[in-house]
Amino acid sequence: MKAQVITITSGKGGVGKTTATANIGVALAALGKSVVCMDADIGLRNLDVVMGLENRIVYDLVDAIEKRCRLRQAMIRDKRYNTLFLIPAAQTRDKNAISPSDMIRVCDEIRPEFDFILIDSPAGIERGFRNAIAPADMIIVVTNPEVSAVRDADRIIGLIEAEEKDPVRLIINRFNPSLVKRGDMLTSEDVLELLAVDLIGIVPEDESVLVSTNHGQPVVLNHNSLAGKAFENISQRLIGEEVPWMNLDGKSDFFGRLSRLIRSGRS
Amino acid sequence: MQIKGIKDGILVRLEMDEWDIQRGELIDQINAQETFFKGAKLALDVGEQVLHAVDLGRLRDELSEKGITLWAVLSESSITRETALIYGLSTQLQAPRVPSTRNSGGLPIEGEPALFIAKTLRSGNKIVTKGHVVIIGDVNPGAEIIASGSVVVWGKLRGFVHAGAEGDEKAVICALDLSPTQIRIAGKAATAPKRKGKPRAEVVKIQDDHVVAESWRNKGRL
Repeated sequence: MKAQVITITSGKGGVGKTTATANIGVALAALGKSVVCMDADIGLRNLDVVMGLENRIVYDLVDAIEKRCRLRQAMIRDKRYNTLFLIPAAQTRDKNAISPSDMIRVCDEIRPEFDFILIDSPAGIERGFRNAIAPADMIIVVTNPEVSAVRDADRIIGLIEAEEKDPVRLIINRFNPSLVKRGDMLTSEDVLELLAVDLIGIVPEDESVLVSTNHGQPVVLNHNSLAGKAFENISQRLIGEEVPWMNLDGKSDFFGRLSRLIRSGRS
Repeated sequence: MQIKGIKDGILVRLEMDEWDIQRGELIDQINAQETFFKGAKLALDVGEQVLHAVDLGRLRDELSEKGITLWAVLSESSITRETALIYGLSTQLQAPRVPSTRNSGGLPIEGEPALFIAKTLRSGNKIVTKGHVVIIGDVNPGAEIIASGSVVVWGKLRGFVHAGAEGDEKAVICALDLSPTQIRIAGKAATAPKRKGKPRAEVVKIQDDHVVAESWRNKGRL
């Protein structure tokens, strides 16, 4: 078994990197895959909170890199899926505590034992970002359908291209079909046309994401949530399954939306 | 450190500092933008730095390992210039060559060199050059082109372009789809009005002291 290392990044902060990492991790584990989620946001750790594992942290990534513990000791097993692990970031250090080669070394050490290693990148284009993408086999850029987030995503994709990191996939998060319909939000076509990378999922704006984040229960665990379903679809695409796109284009008629609501309510 | 695209490749101007620091910064920059530098012809402006054969030889080897050809070293120091000449490097950027070709009728057509880039410029990419620029690809918002000559974008122009940046009011900007953040020709600036309808190829130039955009179809020539 040789894990695929996927780094989730965005450039701009607050677009949903950590949410995406936690949810894709949980969804992959639910599909029977062994997954490590690694928080590379040294100094501003969040992934542990979103995954609801905050109170189990003993050692962190920096402890493992600086050999105060073995890497295994820094890995926290998820309380819901026993093939899902978290390596938390250090809260008391900063991005300069680790280097790109440390990240490559850590990933190489655990690659043989897992199917996926998901790295939650910090925002920005500096050291922390370079640490996070160094070991990546695939990079997922998360953006919102919003001008400033797309602009930053474009910048990040340019930097990723310059590092010759392939392939790049895009998640459009917090997509609001009714705003698009009113012409007040960028459409997915607008975003894709500008960024010119392959889409791996569109996640609709969904209150349940916020609620579940606050409870440390990733939204994929909530089967009535459209956003949760979207993350599940992304995970299936990651393991090579063909999943039809959710109808979120904002152009659907009332009956289309109604039937979708009924369907999601039933499942 | 300043990096410029010039007719003969890339010109890097180093900030005055210890040579080891200058060299380290240059290598870091190259490592950070490997694809940009790979295969490039590099001209290096070291200012007043005094360089001996050992220093320059070592740098040239390091660069060539990264696929970069060092062809010129510019310096105010005569010692450095001599060193460069020992290695067969140029000490000045060549005067622009004007290639002329002949058409079937045998009449010579004068042309000017241009920087040709066949990729989309993303946010954060910046091109500063003497001469003209031709882009095959889009110029995204947040990308910048500053050229002393004209700029042709075979794609969507949504970033910032300054043509005729050294005052040439005859410079033009052409794009297949013109919706720039801001556009400048020589000393005049303009923003694009919200476009209605389908995108169309347009030419922007200075006419009667104003920056104007015209449909290529209506005009067909400059």
